[in-house]
Amino acid sequence: MRATGEVIVSTEIEAKRETLRGSFDVSRIREDFPILKQLVHGKPLVYLDNAATSQKPQAVIDAMLRYYTQDNSNIHRGVHTLSERATAQYEEARAKAQRLINAADSREIIFTRGATEAINLVASACGRERVGGGDEVLITAMEHHSNIVPWQMLCEERGASLRVAPINDDGELLIDEFEKLLNERTRFVSVAHISNALGTINPVRRIIEMARSRNIPVLIDGAQAAPHLKIDVQELDCDFYAFSGHKIYGPTGIGVLYGKAHLLEAMRPYQGGGDMIASVSFEKTVYNTIPYKFEAGTPNIAGTIGLGAAIDYVNQVGLDNIAAYEHELLEYGTKALSEIPGVRLIGTAKEKASVLSFVIEGVHPHDVGTILDREGVAIRTGHHCAQPVMERFGVPATSRASLAFYNTREEIDALVAGICKVKEVFRA
Amino acid sequence: MTELGELYQELILDHSKSPRNFRRIEEASRSAEGYNPLCGDKVKVFLKMEGDVVSDVSFQGSGCAISTASASIMTETVKGKTQAEAERLFKTFHDLVTGRPPKSDQELGKLAVFSGVSEFPTRVKCATLSWHTLRSALSGNGEVVSTE
Repeated sequence: MRATGEVIVSTEIEAKRETLRGSFDVSRIREDFPILKQLVHGKPLVYLDNAATSQKPQAVIDAMLRYYTQDNSNIHRGVHTLSERATAQYEEARAKAQRLINAADSREIIFTRGATEAINLVASACGRERVGGGDEVLITAMEHHSNIVPWQMLCEERGASLRVAPINDDGELLIDEFEKLLNERTRFVSVAHISNALGTINPVRRIIEMARSRNIPVLIDGAQAAPHLKIDVQELDCDFYAFSGHKIYGPTGIGVLYGKAHLLEAMRPYQGGGDMIASVSFEKTVYNTIPYKFEAGTPNIAGTIGLGAAIDYVNQVGLDNIAAYEHELLEYGTKALSEIPGVRLIGTAKEKASVLSFVIEGVHPHDVGTILDREGVAIRTGHHCAQPVMERFGVPATSRASLAFYNTREEIDALVAGICKVKEVFRA
Repeated sequence: MTELGELYQELILDHSKSPRNFRRIEEASRSAEGYNPLCGDKVKVFLKMEGDVVSDVSFQGSGCAISTASASIMTETVKGKTQAEAERLFKTFHDLVTGRPPKSDQELGKLAVFSGVSEFPTRVKCATLSWHTLRSALSGNGEVVSTE
C-alpha cells in the first residue's frame, strides 16, 4: 500500500514540476520584491532568513501606501466616505484570509498582532475556561516559544501540567508517544504545523483526529506553514489555526486566528475596549458578536489591508507552485549542504519544508552568521526561539537558512560558498 | 587586512580553539555567571583573591569564537592584577571594542587583537560578556550577568 502511495505522490510531484517549469519564473518573481535588488557589504543580498520574516512584494507596499495616502480613516463607525472605504478594505482582507485557509465563515477570522497573540488569545479566553487543577495541556518538543510559554503560564495559573510529546533524532514527532500522552485529563492540544527550527511538517491530520475523537480541542500553530502550504481548516477539522502576516509576505503586526464559530461564540472576550462591545453602561456591557468581540480597539488597519494584498499576491503565484518550487529548492540545498565535510543538518524529517538548520564542526553558529553576512548571505543563528529543540539535539544553537519562493539555486550556491569561506577562516 | 581578517585574527582563533585557564577553581573565593540570552552564550568566571590581588582566574562555558577567546585572553590579562587595575582594563577594553578612543593609556597587550570587533556592532556583547561577568565576580555580589 505504502509503496504504491509513494509512487503516486512522486508522479504527482513530477507532473507539478513539469507545469512549474512552464509557469514559474523566479527571475520575474524577484522583480516584485524591491528589497532583493541590493548589495550588502558589496555582495548581492542573498536573503535566507524567511522563517524569521519574509520580504514584501511591491503590491503589499503599494496597498499600504495607497491606504495611508488616500483612504486612512477609522473603521466600523464613521459614516463618511473614507471610513466606508477603509472598512470595506478591512473586511475584504478578512474575506481573503477566510478563503486562503478555506474557513466556513468570515466571522471565524479574527485579526491579531500575529500568531503569538492568536495563541495567547486562545490560551487565555478558551484555555482558562477549560483547564483546571490537575488537568493537562499537550504540546510537542519542537514548539516555538510562542506555543510553549502561553500554555505554561496558563498551567501555572490553573495548577495544571504541560505535557510534551517527544521527537526522534530526525526531528519527527513520535506519534505513538503523542497518542499515549492523550488521556482523560488532557484539556487542550496545541501543535506546530511546521517547526521553525527544524522544518518538520507535523502529521496534523492524525493529531487532530486523535484529539477530536477524545473531544479535546486542538490549536495548530501555522506561522511557518501558511507561507508554504495550502491550508484547509475545514478539511483539517482543527478548532483553531494561527498564523502571522509578516511570514506570508505581508507586514508585521498583523496575524490571523481562525476559530470554529461555536467555540469563539462560547469564549469570553480576550481584551475589553471599543469595537468589541454592542452596548456599554456602568452596570452592564453587552459584547459584540464574533469576530468583533475579539478585536478590541482600533486595529492595525493598514497592516490588515497589506495582509490582504499579500494573500492576493500569494494566490496569484499559487500556493501549489510555491510548495513545489520550494520543495525542489530544499532538496537541492539539502544535498549541497550534506556534501560539505563537517556540516551536519539538524532536522532531517522525511516531511520537511523550507528550513535548512545546520551546524559546522568546530565553529559556533554566531561566527558562521557574521562571516556569511560579509558575503551578503543573511541567515539566522541562535536558538530560533526554540531552546528545548536545541537541548534535544545537544547544540547551543544552529545556523538556519530558510527559503522562500523568490530564492534561487544560485543563492544556495552562494550559501555553500559562504560556508566554505567560514571553514577557511576557521581552518575547520 | 579585511574586516573579517581583523575580527578573526590568528590569536583569537587560537584562543577560541584552545582556551587558556578553561577550568574550575575548586577553592575559588568568588565566582559569577554570565549569559547572553540572544545567542545562548554562557560563561562562569572563577576568582581566587589574595587580598586585593587576583591570584588566579579561570572560566568555563560555551560560546562563539569571540566570546571564548575574549574570556581566555581576559584570564591571562587580569591574573596578578589588583581589583582596581582589572576595572581599568575593563574600561579600556570596552572603549576598544566599541570604537571609542581609549581614555586610559594603560597597556592593552594581547587585548589589542579585539580592535576588529568595533566594526561588528552585533558582536560587541560576545567580546564583553566574560568581562561583565568578571566584574560581577570581583564585586562579589554574585548576580547573574545578562547582556539583555
